[in-house]
Parts: sequence; C-alpha cells; structure tokens
Amino acid sequence: MFNIKSYSRADSIEEAIRLLGENPEAHLIAGGTDVLVKLHKGKGQFDHLIDIHDIAELNFISQNDDGDLVIGPLACFTHVAESDLIRKHIPVLSEAILTIGGPQVRNMATIGGNLCNGVPSADSATPLIALNATVTIQSRDGSRQMPLEDFFLAPSRVALDHHEIMTAITVSRDNYAGYYGHFFKYAMRNAMDIATIGCSAVCKVEDDVLTDLRLAYGVAAPVPIRCKDTEDKIRGRKLSSQLLDDIAKAVKDDVSPRTSWRAAKDFRLQIITTLAHRVVKQAILNAGGTIQ
Amino acid sequence: MSLNRTITFTVNGKKKEIAVDVRQSLLEVLREQLGMISVKQGCAVGECGACTVLIDDMPMDACLYLAVWADGRSIRTVEGESKNGELSKVQQAFVNEGAVQCGICTPGFVMAATAFVEKRKGKKVSRHEIRRGLAGNLCRCTGYDTIISAVEKSMDDDT
Repeated sequence: MFNIKSYSRADSIEEAIRLLGENPEAHLIAGGTDVLVKLHKGKGQFDHLIDIHDIAELNFISQNDDGDLVIGPLACFTHVAESDLIRKHIPVLSEAILTIGGPQVRNMATIGGNLCNGVPSADSATPLIALNATVTIQSRDGSRQMPLEDFFLAPSRVALDHHEIMTAITVSRDNYAGYYGHFFKYAMRNAMDIATIGCSAVCKVEDDVLTDLRLAYGVAAPVPIRCKDTEDKIRGRKLSSQLLDDIAKAVKDDVSPRTSWRAAKDFRLQIITTLAHRVVKQAILNAGGTIQ
Repeated sequence: MSLNRTITFTVNGKKKEIAVDVRQSLLEVLREQLGMISVKQGCAVGECGACTVLIDDMPMDACLYLAVWADGRSIRTVEGESKNGELSKVQQAFVNEGAVQCGICTPGFVMAATAFVEKRKGKKVSRHEIRRGLAGNLCRCTGYDTIISAVEKSMDDDT
C-alpha cells in the first residue's frame, strides 16, 4: 500500500483549485508515474494527494479557430503521440514522446505531469520549448499564460503556486506553420531510460537560407533550455556544412551541463555538440533544405 | 477523512463491486482481493512490466495504478484470456515458440503482446516494431527472441 495520508478526488478544475486551497500540504496526482514512484520510495512530501486523474475537461487535444494546437495537460503520452493533429503539424513532439519509457508508461503518464514534475530530462519539454509553446495556469483569481521556457525555474521547481493548476499547453499556428523539426534522445538504452541529453531543433528554410532556428536541450542545464544566443548568431545564414559546425561550436556557450552518476560533464558537452550538428541537419533536411 | 471507497468495474468480462482502500494499487486489489495471481509484482516502479494488465484495452502497469482509478473501467488479465479451456492465439504462440523460461514475466508479456496484436490487427509489423511495442516488459532470463517470434506468429494468424 502507498503511504497516502489524505486523499481527495477532484472532478473539475474548480474543485481541484478549491481542494488545493484547503490543504497546504497537498500535491496533485495525474497519471501517477512520478508521484506513485516517489511514494513507493518513501518520499513523504507526496503523502497528501488531490487526485485529478479523471478530470475530463483537462484531457483533450484540439485545434482552435486560429489554427493553434491546444493540448490538455491530462492527455496521456500515447494519445498525444498518436494524435492526427500532432503528427500532422508538430511531428517533432510525437518523435520525442515515443522515446519516453515504454508503452505502459506512455499509456499512463500525462504530458502536463511531465512538465509540472519539472525535471531537466523531461522529454516532452524540449520539443515544446523549441515550438515556443505557452502554458495556461489557473487559480481562484483567474488564469494566466506564460512561455513554457520560463515555467522551469530550477530542478523539480516550476512556476506554479500552491493553489494553481496547469490547464492547457498551446502551440500557436505562427510558431509551427512552415517549421520543421527533429528530436534525438541520447540514453544508455533505447527504451525505459532517462535521457543523458535530449535535443530538439525546429527550423524554417527559405531559398537555402536558415531563416529561423530554435534549438532546445534537456539535461544540458538545471532546466530544459533554449540556445537563444546560438539562434541569434546564425539566423539568416545560408545553408552549409560550415553553418552546422558553427552552430555546434556556439551551443557550448548556451549550455551548462554537470557531472552526475549518469554521465560526466565533458561527455555531456561532447553529446551536446554532436547532437547540435546532427539534429539541426536533420531538421533542415526535413524542411526541404540541402546542405553541400 | 475515510480512505475507503467502493468501486464498480469489469474484470475479465465480469462486473464487480468491491470496497478498496485509496492507498491500494490495482495490483494489490487484483492479487489479494480477487485472486488474480497472474499479475506479478516485479519492480513496483513501472520499469519491468510484470504487472501489465489491460485497462480499457490499453496495457498499463498495475503497480503504478491506484485501484480507485479502475472505477467504471474494464480490466483484462491473463486469467480471462483463455476461453472454454482454449488458450488465446497469443498464449498458444508463446507455447509453440517456447517463449517461456522461468515464467514470471510471461503474464505481463502476454498482456502487452495481446494489446499490441489487437491494436495492429491486419497490419504488417517488423520485428523491430514488436521489440518497441514490448519495450515496457523485461525478461531476466533474456528469452526475447522467442517472445518476439511468438508475437510475430500471433500476427500471422490474424492476416
């Protein structure tokens, strides 16, 4: 048995917010693949639970009238990865999600849970920050929107106050239309493993010019990050293998990997530069570009 | 506040109404209250897949699934796969291919394989796709090749 001290089930966003307000110690549980593992390992901070597993209004994948893609945080990874909308417009997100765990975990784990858990290795985070995704957060005082990139504050810490709940993840049309991407996860195993480094590139190519690039890494810093300095430096340059070399060189200044039992800092840097080259190249090829 | 709840769900086609504790996993309820001992506890953290059951036909790890979440849902375990004393196609393929060694991972593999085969009925799949489809199940005897062959054979029969 899990060592749960108190448990309440919420059937709506409003109810979840109210229950959070009533219990300052409570945590939300969605798919359970992070929270229940922590409880199993005896971590006490998750023993007061508000169960949002079955809030129907948070489980959807849709496109609004403006063409923006909106994902409910309770959508499980399998549904997101297999969604026609996602595969058609932002296949890079499907690619990334299919590297997570195994089928069972992807059937249970939710995309919002992956983001709110806030670990630097969250595989759904890098494609979404490369797509300039925003998250909607609701509290009893109303709702606010913020870039997902700013949502990650520190390892396991996100910009969510106690009485707040994530209600949507949005990728606006102008951020995906005309863009192509690629994702690669470097890990010790091909499944059921945590990324040593994850990398997402999203780009736009016009007349053999890289008119835009958005490059994101997981586990390359305390939180999932964008390589904004690199992006600014190379935007507008003509496609060439020299360009790829320059990107690989520039990313070193954007990242700050550390040594852990999983990999040493130098090894992580090596993977980061190799992936800059490889993942950006594939994104460019996907965008119809050619590299001499 | 009480931690007891009553849930109504279907297990292997039979409707059940039982009292559960919110602290219980589905694994515990299936084994201890309903005697479904095909559902094995291996790692208890969602890594090994030995506790795989189908929940509304999707394979999930029963060890990381609160029993209360099963309310209103349909659960399938190995106990319900053979009909009138006859093994399911997937089970029979495991026997024919010799895909069982020590056996502890087998029920989980059979359920994951069953969901894989049902989801891809009529489609051609590669051995690589089967491996990816069973990536959430570990066999410590490492008898993977025969397991992949068993899944391949159960697909053949469907097409």
